[in-house]
Amino acid sequence: MKARVLVTLKPGVLDPQGKAIHHALEGLGFAGVNDVRAGKLIELDVDDGTDDAAIEDMCRKLLANTVIENFKIERLG
Amino acid sequence: MKTAVLVFPGSNCDRDLAVALERATGRRPEMVWHRDTALPSGLDLIGVPGGFSYGDYLRSGAMAARSPIMQAVIEEAGKGRPVLGICNGFQVLTEAGLLPGALMRNANLTFVCRDADLTVANNRTMFSSAYATGEAIRIPVAHHDGNFQADAETLARIEGEGQVVFRYDCTVNGSAKDIAGLVNASGNVLGMMPHPERAAEPAHGNQDGRKLFDSLVGALATA
Repeated sequence: MKARVLVTLKPGVLDPQGKAIHHALEGLGFAGVNDVRAGKLIELDVDDGTDDAAIEDMCRKLLANTVIENFKIERLG
Repeated sequence: MKTAVLVFPGSNCDRDLAVALERATGRRPEMVWHRDTALPSGLDLIGVPGGFSYGDYLRSGAMAARSPIMQAVIEEAGKGRPVLGICNGFQVLTEAGLLPGALMRNANLTFVCRDADLTVANNRTMFSSAYATGEAIRIPVAHHDGNFQADAETLARIEGEGQVVFRYDCTVNGSAKDIAGLVNASGNVLGMMPHPERAAEPAHGNQDGRKLFDSLVGALATA
């Protein structure tokens, strides 16, 4: 089974990379972009039947730094 | 005084730190590999060196913080054992939860490698007692992820408790409150981005980092 973990910076945490991407988009002439936040996508191939609690534990212990990041788990079936 | 320096794959300031510790203590530190599960007995200080442990994969310091040896360090730190983390070592200590906050990508996104002017914000720690509070010092920095951030409540707490030990005189990497180094609440764990071990002997052309090691020797020799 595949699961995706989306790691994003918490709201309010300054995102220098997002800011730089935003500036680059503006430089390319893309108008109407109000804000850019960059994050990470981690794809896990786990045993069938792995429960959400186990994946959440992985996120808290390693995949995300919960001081500055939020995470979201998506199951791909 | 017995010291140890951890070595992770990708550490590159471990030997510099060992030289500085040997010079200060008169005794060669034990070099401890990341896969070891136990620390040598009777240590007075554990050094977590600079570098790019595990290639900075995932987040700087994230993998090292979960390595086998760090479990032993976390345990020892909890018992009050002094721990000094420099640069990547600081990142490892925040990732391991031994220090508050997090070290993010420098605000201007560039790797910064130069001398940084600092002010000693608190000399009432075992790491800074040989300095005067308010003393101006110059210590080299070399990092990409040194932008210290924490939530407002945490920042207020560490400022209120005098946990900030070193502060940049001007913006170096975007750190909140220009924090360059801080101790944990019980004062036995210090993390700092600048490299005192690179300013510790005459050949370095600058010995402003030397007093950090002298402070430790003073504090630990009398302990």
